Amino acid sequence: MTASSSQPSGVGLVVRSLRKSFGDQEVLKGVDFTVQPGEIFVIMGPSGSGKSVLLKQLIGLEHADEGDILINGEPITTPEIAARYRMALVFQSGALLNSLTVGENVGLYLSEHRLKPEAEIRQIVQEKLADVGLKDAIDKLPSELSGGMKKRAAIARALVIEPQLILYDEPTSELDPLSSVMIGNEILNLNRRIGVTSLVVSHDRDLAFGIAHRIAVIVEGTIRIIGTPAEVKQCNDPLVQNFLRADFKRES
Amino acid sequence: MFSNVGQILMLLWRTLQALPHAWRQRQKVFDQFFEIGNASLLMVCVLSFFIGAVICLNFGPALVDHSLATAVGGVVGLAIAKELAPVMMAILIAGRIGSAMAAEIGSMSVYQEIDALRTMNINPIQYLVLPRVIAIAFALPMLVIFSVLVGWFGGATVANYNKAMDIPFQVFFANLKDIVELQDVVNGIFKSFCFALIIGSVSCHQGLTTIGGPRGIGRSVTKAVVNSIVLIVICDYLITSFWFMLTRFGLL
Repeated sequence: MTASSSQPSGVGLVVRSLRKSFGDQEVLKGVDFTVQPGEIFVIMGPSGSGKSVLLKQLIGLEHADEGDILINGEPITTPEIAARYRMALVFQSGALLNSLTVGENVGLYLSEHRLKPEAEIRQIVQEKLADVGLKDAIDKLPSELSGGMKKRAAIARALVIEPQLILYDEPTSELDPLSSVMIGNEILNLNRRIGVTSLVVSHDRDLAFGIAHRIAVIVEGTIRIIGTPAEVKQCNDPLVQNFLRADFKRES
Repeated sequence: MFSNVGQILMLLWRTLQALPHAWRQRQKVFDQFFEIGNASLLMVCVLSFFIGAVICLNFGPALVDHSLATAVGGVVGLAIAKELAPVMMAILIAGRIGSAMAAEIGSMSVYQEIDALRTMNINPIQYLVLPRVIAIAFALPMLVIFSVLVGWFGGATVANYNKAMDIPFQVFFANLKDIVELQDVVNGIFKSFCFALIIGSVSCHQGLTTIGGPRGIGRSVTKAVVNSIVLIVICDYLITSFWFMLTRFGLL
């Protein structure tokens, strides 16, 4: 697939029989799913269910023990796949480089790969920061930003790559409800505006049901259900229902 | 420690392979070079002066008692140029700069900044390790040259003002010039270059393999300093033996 650099369109993602163990502990026990180009696909599950491990396999930071990951039909292990398809990961913590300013962080991909002249990079950085509402933070250090601002800066850094696939790792964790809604809207807007395929890993039920085209629920390394938000809500699997309906009960 | 030597050598090899990218990283090399020099120059000055002084105080009176006053300049000069300046400066830099390198890169590992670099297709060896190794490989030999000169001056000062020796500056330096040859100073500089590679690669390796949060960072810093010093001392003996063989067989 060839994507225009100004208007990236999403890529398809297929995951087949993915397995990953750490020592004796099997974290992913044969995970299968397909994400359509331009889709917002949310993977939900309780903490420790293997969501973040799955994400690291998808972006190539870790290698699976078994199974395949295909981007537009090509295995992720294919040499130069990173050069052919632009993928970005928005880390749970933002993972901004603390020694660089927000602007330098956002423009890092372009400056390190010498893709644009410095003045043009500065302009692109300003545009992307404006897209996420952080225009005034360009010269600030990450330590001066709030949690929500860091995540938005991380999204801006991902946008600079003009990605065809964005992976979000717990984008609303540690955020107040207002910031969570803002991040959720950001994910939706990006999907509508540039048609990027979005894979969101989260245990935030409000976010998942608010933005997803389809949801997969993963529990103990296995996907229990994949479907539209309505289908997932009606799922009878007790493990899925336990996760979706978990709530505080005040004893009288 | 020795189980990591293979990994450290591999990291050093990959860093050397990345040398063609050094020009692109020149700003970072300069920043690191300035950091090493600026942070260490005063300490180098004080340390070297007193090392020269104490060596002269230890050996000078004994040599004078045995009617070897003319050898004081040579003995002090040789000890500083060939052994004390390179080793002491390497230990100082391992403690001051190696620890900082391990802490900075270790913190980046723990807080996923290095993963973020990888997802942007930025090679952490080119971006983080190469500038540090180049900077220290240039800075340490220069500090050693400075240290040798200050050390000699420290020795000469004690030889001049100590009543047990009472050797004038001119005599001290004339004796030193008779005994210390250029290749002795080159020997010390060559050693310091090797020590710099050890400090750079050991510290960066420890940083890159840091796991486990703040405690992990602390452990990496300690290991970086201790492992660097042990390897420096072992390498010192090996280089000295090798140099001795070269001299003995008339190759130098």
